[in-house]
Amino acid sequence: MSDMSNVVVLRGGEVIDASVGGARLDVLVRDGRVVEVAPSIDVPAGARVLDAEGCVVAPGLVDLQVHLREPGREESETIETGSRAAALGGCTAVVCMPNTEPPLDDATVVQSVLARGRAVGLCDVRPAGCITKGRAGEELAPMGELHDLGVRIFTDDGDCVADANVMRRAFEYSNALAGAVIAQHAEDPALVRGGHMHEGEWSARLGIPGRPAAAEVTIVARDLELARLTGGRYHVLHLSCAQSAELVRRAKAEGVRVTAECTPQHLVLTDARCASFDPTFKMNPPLRGEDDRAGVFAALVDGTIDAIATDHAPHASETKQVPFEEAPPGMLGVETSLAVAITFLVGPGHLTLQQVLARLSWQPAAIAGLGELHGRPVRPGEPANLCVVDPAQQWVREARTSASKSRNDPWEGVKLTGRVRHTLLAGIPTVIDSEATR
Amino acid sequence: MKHLLSVDDLGGRPGIETILERSRYFLDVTRRDLPKVPALRAKTVVSLFYEDSTRTRLSFETAAKRLSADTMNFSVSTSSVKKGESLLDTVQTIEAMGVDAIVVRHAAAGAPYRIAQWTSASVINAGDGRHEHPTQALLDAFTLQRHRGPSLDGAHIVIVGDIAHSRVARSNVKLLAALGCRLTLVAPPTLMPESLVGWPVEARYDLDDVLREADVVYLLRIQRERIDAGLFPSLREYTARWGLTNERFARLKPDTLVMHPGPMNRGIEIADDVADAPQSLVTEQVANGVAVRMAVLFELLGAGGSVV
Repeated sequence: MSDMSNVVVLRGGEVIDASVGGARLDVLVRDGRVVEVAPSIDVPAGARVLDAEGCVVAPGLVDLQVHLREPGREESETIETGSRAAALGGCTAVVCMPNTEPPLDDATVVQSVLARGRAVGLCDVRPAGCITKGRAGEELAPMGELHDLGVRIFTDDGDCVADANVMRRAFEYSNALAGAVIAQHAEDPALVRGGHMHEGEWSARLGIPGRPAAAEVTIVARDLELARLTGGRYHVLHLSCAQSAELVRRAKAEGVRVTAECTPQHLVLTDARCASFDPTFKMNPPLRGEDDRAGVFAALVDGTIDAIATDHAPHASETKQVPFEEAPPGMLGVETSLAVAITFLVGPGHLTLQQVLARLSWQPAAIAGLGELHGRPVRPGEPANLCVVDPAQQWVREARTSASKSRNDPWEGVKLTGRVRHTLLAGIPTVIDSEATR
Repeated sequence: MKHLLSVDDLGGRPGIETILERSRYFLDVTRRDLPKVPALRAKTVVSLFYEDSTRTRLSFETAAKRLSADTMNFSVSTSSVKKGESLLDTVQTIEAMGVDAIVVRHAAAGAPYRIAQWTSASVINAGDGRHEHPTQALLDAFTLQRHRGPSLDGAHIVIVGDIAHSRVARSNVKLLAALGCRLTLVAPPTLMPESLVGWPVEARYDLDDVLREADVVYLLRIQRERIDAGLFPSLREYTARWGLTNERFARLKPDTLVMHPGPMNRGIEIADDVADAPQSLVTEQVANGVAVRMAVLFELLGAGGSVV
């Protein structure tokens, strides 16, 4: 007889996954797996029943880009607080970026992050590994050793690999590592040096040194040619310009192995937000002008961009309580991505909820090599990594209630529609009624 | 008006004209035998300068003293800022002493906006990065009025030099446009702002094309570090193309005025003789600065009080 604490019934929700577009079904979960999906399930004695009336039951979200800051910057986030925030956002897996201190360019550091993620147990924490040692852009990191530990996404995130030859060799070498993908923070360092916001109308007006869109577009263009040359797999992190989206669209049509993600903030917000000089709206790549925002939005809608990833980048309050130019770049996001997507994509009718979930769950799961565990159909036998979302609930985001250690939240005070109600990681509730279980 | 962070805070043409009118009164005050009025007695004005400045800091301090305000000078180089104190903590420390106005200069655009959120005192922007320097624009307009009469409508102002990096240019464009001036910006393309969308200006690269039509040539300080940043090849080449040399000065209309916010690089953006020519208003700009800043301080702190 199995321990009944491992039995959960999700009662009365509408199931949406890659193949089911919304059928009212109960879901029975036992020992980490979905065991029955049926219109009405008799609740086994002792099972925990989670109400899903009026809600959608879906595969858990997979966020391809979060900064958990551990090791090295635990005052702004830890694997525990970041995992909790992710679970509250409906995530069952996150890919954490390697720009930690020390960076994730070494097997022992990656092992420690993996172990800590498992011990916390609120989210499947998957480290991205560095492309180069020390993220210095010169010598390759031990990509094979990191791959042996399960690392699939390699990036020097935060720092662009500027040297074309280093990038070429990374692509070539990764061809020996099954499922590996080379992900780039595409901003040419020479073109963005000293810049703090998008270069355009607003930077000119505000006198804040700019970071031109061309810095991204030139790197994406170069990397696409290198991916074509080497046959390597390329992923564009937080794509932010209409022109880079167009390059990806064309490259995909030509058979280049490329995927791309964009953030909720680049889909919705523009550089006009910087007019208040509030460093909450500072990030890299920067919030762009309206033309770029609209271009990225269109590319997400038409499928050119495969995934929404948040670039959840916590920064301790004191580091943002400074003039704009002195603040570190980055915004929170992992708790609000689905709500923002429902509010701005599903609400106005640009995408269906199923299409949004594709971009937040099973498509990013596939990019990260997690397609066997996350983003799975809600079917008997599948791992029970699930989220239950109330797509109609309206709420106002208050950063002070965040599970993150930081408060640099661009959605502060914004009225959102859609809220994650429950999250299950391997069949265990990590979130019940929008509260973390621990 | 609680703060003066940008020319935008002045309330458009009527607000600007009110300050300029009051500046005329305060200019008279500064010329009296006893150049002092009790308007801001028991008010405290602190200057918080994170960048070196002589004329602006002295000008504000003089203005405050002539209004009988108490003044404090927070010198960053000898303070706890050197020990790593944050801007927020510094502002809160100053706030705790009970001040009525903080005059701030900072290398980062928008720093005064941040400070304004952390204090109940009035904040006056005395220059923030490349962003704005509103009292400079006020004193420039005031100086022009002294020479051209109260209406600047239609006056053609040609601003020459490093527009991209200039807070003086940004504030002057807004303020002079609000007063009806026609504005032309002349700069090497690398020193022109990346976008002029929404700017009420015409942009030109060739100074000689516009010299004959200028009522005022306003020169900006050129900095050697722009050469290191690869923005133009040499000071010699800059002077040859964009400097107000004696030859160019000779081609101006006889009544064209020459201005410069200082400090000048004589022989680079402005020829030595031009700087001292009768048409040059450079020292007058400095003198008028005190009166204009008295008007600004009185506007922010003297509400309801009598001037004398």
